[in-house]
Amino acid sequence: MSNDQQNILDEVTSQEYKYGFYTDLEMDIFPKGLNEDTIRALSAKKNEPPFMLEFRLNAYRKWLTMKEPDWAHLKYPSIDYQDIIYYAAPKKKPELESLDQVDPELIETFNKLGISLDEQKRLTGVAVDAVIDSVSVKTTFQETLAKHGIIFCSFSEAVQNHPDLVEKYMATVVPPDDNYFAALNSAVFSDGSFCFIPKGVRCPLELSTYFRINAANTGQFERTLIIAEEGSYVSYLEGCTAPARSENQLHAAIVEIIAMKDAEVKYSTVQNWYPGNKNGEGGVYNFVTKRGICKGNNSKISWTQVETGSAITWKYPSVILQGDNSIGEFYSVAVTNNHQQADTGTKMIHIGKNTRSTIISKGISAGKSNNSYRGLVKVIKRAVNARNFTQCDSLLLGDKCGAHTFPYIHNENSSSIIEHEATTSKISEDQLFYCKQRGIDTENAIALIVNGYAKEVLKHLPMEFAVEAQKLLAVSLEGSVG
Amino acid sequence: MLSIRDLKVSINGKEILKEINLEVMAGEVHAIMGPNGTGKSTLASIIAGRDVFEVSGGQVLFDGKNLFDLSVEQRACEGIFLGFQYPVEIPGVSIVNFLRTAINEQRKYKGLDPIPAPEFLAKMNEAKKMLDVHSNMTSRSVNEGFSGGEKKKNEIFQMAMLQPRLAILDETDSGLDIDALRVVAKGVNELRSKDNAFIIITHYQRLLDYIIPDFVHILFDGRIVKSGSKELAFELEEKGYDWIRKST
Ligand SMILES: Nc1ncnc2c1ncn2[C@@H]1O[C@H](COP(=O)(O)OP(=O)(O)O)[C@@H](O)[C@H]1O
Ligand SMILES: [Mg+2]
Repeated sequence: MSNDQQNILDEVTSQEYKYGFYTDLEMDIFPKGLNEDTIRALSAKKNEPPFMLEFRLNAYRKWLTMKEPDWAHLKYPSIDYQDIIYYAAPKKKPELESLDQVDPELIETFNKLGISLDEQKRLTGVAVDAVIDSVSVKTTFQETLAKHGIIFCSFSEAVQNHPDLVEKYMATVVPPDDNYFAALNSAVFSDGSFCFIPKGVRCPLELSTYFRINAANTGQFERTLIIAEEGSYVSYLEGCTAPARSENQLHAAIVEIIAMKDAEVKYSTVQNWYPGNKNGEGGVYNFVTKRGICKGNNSKISWTQVETGSAITWKYPSVILQGDNSIGEFYSVAVTNNHQQADTGTKMIHIGKNTRSTIISKGISAGKSNNSYRGLVKVIKRAVNARNFTQCDSLLLGDKCGAHTFPYIHNENSSSIIEHEATTSKISEDQLFYCKQRGIDTENAIALIVNGYAKEVLKHLPMEFAVEAQKLLAVSLEGSVG
Repeated sequence: MLSIRDLKVSINGKEILKEINLEVMAGEVHAIMGPNGTGKSTLASIIAGRDVFEVSGGQVLFDGKNLFDLSVEQRACEGIFLGFQYPVEIPGVSIVNFLRTAINEQRKYKGLDPIPAPEFLAKMNEAKKMLDVHSNMTSRSVNEGFSGGEKKKNEIFQMAMLQPRLAILDETDSGLDIDALRVVAKGVNELRSKDNAFIIITHYQRLLDYIIPDFVHILFDGRIVKSGSKELAFELEEKGYDWIRKST
C-alpha cells in the first residue's frame, strides 16, 4: 500500500461515532455491585412473580460457579463485576397513556437516533419497542398487533401480563447455565422484548426493538423472547447504540427464538454500540447469546446481522435444526476498525432429517482491529441428508489489521453434504484507481466497494434497514484503504 | 485542451517515456500507435494520474491547468476519461449504482445537485440503445464475469454516460470482433463534437477504418517518432513496425 493511501486510511478511519451523545434523564439507579440482595431488589422493583425470582437466584448461583470464557480470539482487561450498576431506568410517570407523557428528553433521544416513537409519523409497517438502559419505555402499535392476536411488548410487561407464556418458553433455548454471560443475564436481566405470533398469523408489521445504553457505569442485560406458533411468520429488527464514554460498558444479552411447525422467523440486527475511540479507549463489551430453535418440521430461522459497533463483540447467533426439513440461515457482515475486536459467527446444529443451513459471513477489518469468524456445523447421527453451505470471506483494509477463521465441523452422518468456502482479499489499488478515474473519491470508492462486498448479506435486510446499514458501513470505514 | 511538454516518466528508475510532446485541441481525434511495451499505457496512466510512475521532467496541462496538481478524481471531474486496457472487476457493485455514484460525484464537483432519477434512466436508456447494450448488463456487477469484449463495451458505455471532454481509449479495440469494434467506433463517433477530444491508443490500423483520426502518432521506445495524418496509419500497416525500427 502506498503512503498516500495509508495516510488517507489513517485519516478517515478516525471518523467519530455519531450516536455518542448522552441524554440527561431523571434516573432510578441501584448502587454498584451484585449479590443476592441486588437480585431480590431488582425482582421486587419489577413486581415479579415468585418463579422469576427463583429463576434469577438459581442462575446467579450457577454463575458464581462458572468461569468467564477465554477461548475467543479477544483481548481485554478482566471485568470487575462488582463495579457495575445492574439497574438503571429512566424515572417515568406511572401508566403512560399517550406519547405526551413520555419524558420529552427521551423522545428527543430517540429522534436523534432517527427512531420515531410517534405512531402518526412512523415508518410504514414498523412497530417499535424502545429499551433505554434497562427498561422498555415505549412500544408502538400494540393495538394494531393485538387485533391479530400478536403480543409485542416489553419483557417486563410479558412477565406481568403473560406469565404462563414466559414461564413456559423462557430459557428453553438458552438455559441459564449455557455459558457465563447467559448465566449473568439470567440473574440480572432487566428488560427486553417479548413477541408471540399465534398460529397461522403472518405478522403485518416489521417488529423492531431499539436498545440504547444511556447511563454511566451501567450494564445492559436485556432479554428477548420470540415465539412463532405453527404456520406463523414474523420479521424482527433490532438496533442498538450507546453514548461515547471513556470507560467500557458491559452488554450481555440473550435472544431466544422458537419456531414451531411451518413457522418462519427472520431476525435482523444492526449492532452499532459505541466502538471506543480511535485509541481503543472506551466502547461496549458485547457478550451476547442468540439462539433459535426450529422446533417443528419445515420451520425456518434466519439471522442477519450487521455488526459495526462495540469494542469487543462475542456473539454466535445459532440455530438448532430440530424439526425435519427445517432451515437455518446466518448472514453476517462484521466490520472492525481502529482497535475493535470481533469474534463472531454461528452454530448450526442439525438434528432433524433433511435439514439445511446456510452461512454467509463477510468480515471487514481496518485500522488495528481484529476480526474472527468462528462457526460450528454439527450434524448428529440421525440427521440424514443434512446440508450445509458455508462461505466465509474476509476483506482487509490496510496492513495492520487481522482476519481469522475458525470453522469447526462435527459430522456424524455420512449422508450429509457440508461445503465450506473461504476467501481473504484486499481492496486492490486497481479497483480504487478505476473508481477514482470515474470521479469517485477514495472514501466513496471504499464505501462502494465494501457495500458491494457485503451485498450478499445486506440484501437479506428489510428495505429501510438495508439503507441504514449501507450508510453505517460507509461511516464505519470512511477512508480505509487496502 | 491537452498539452504535453517534454514529458519524461520512469518507473523504478527505468525511463519509460523520454520526452513526449503532444498538443490535442478540442474537436480532434488523435491516434497513438506503436508496438507492445513502448509506453502507450504509461502515457494514458500518467494523464489519468496513476501514482506508481515518477514524472522526472516536463508538464501536462489540461485547459491550462497543471494536471500534476490535481488528484485522479479531480482530473476525472474535469472531464478526463480513461477507457482501460484491462478493466477491473468490482464484485457486488452494479453498473447502475457505479455510474450513478460517478455521475453524482462529478456533478458535485461542478456544484450541481445529484442527477434526478428519471434523467439518469433516460440517459442510460439512450446510451444502451446507441451501443446495443443488453438490457440486463447494467444490473450486473462492474466487469464481474464479463468477457473481454463485454468489458470493453462497458468502458465505452461508461464513456457515453459520463460524456468526458477528453477520452483516452487504451487498446479498446484489442480482442474485439468486428461487430464489437463497430460499437466502439459508434460510441466515439456519436460523442465526437467540436468541444471534446479523443486519444485512441491502438495496435492496429483496423479501428481507424471506423474512427477517422485527425492525427496519427507513432510511439516507439518512449518517444513519438512520427506524426502525420491518417495516411500514416496505412503506411505503418503496410510497412510494419520494422520500418519504424529501421528509420529511428
Ligand atoms: N507497473 C509497472 N512496473 C514496472 N514496469 C512497468 C510497469 N508498467 C509498465 N512498465 C514497463 O513500462 C514499459 C511500457 O509499458 P506500457 O506503457 O504498458 O506499454 P504499452 O502500453 O505501449 O504496451 C514496458 O517495458 C513495461 O514493462
Ligand atoms: Mg498498453
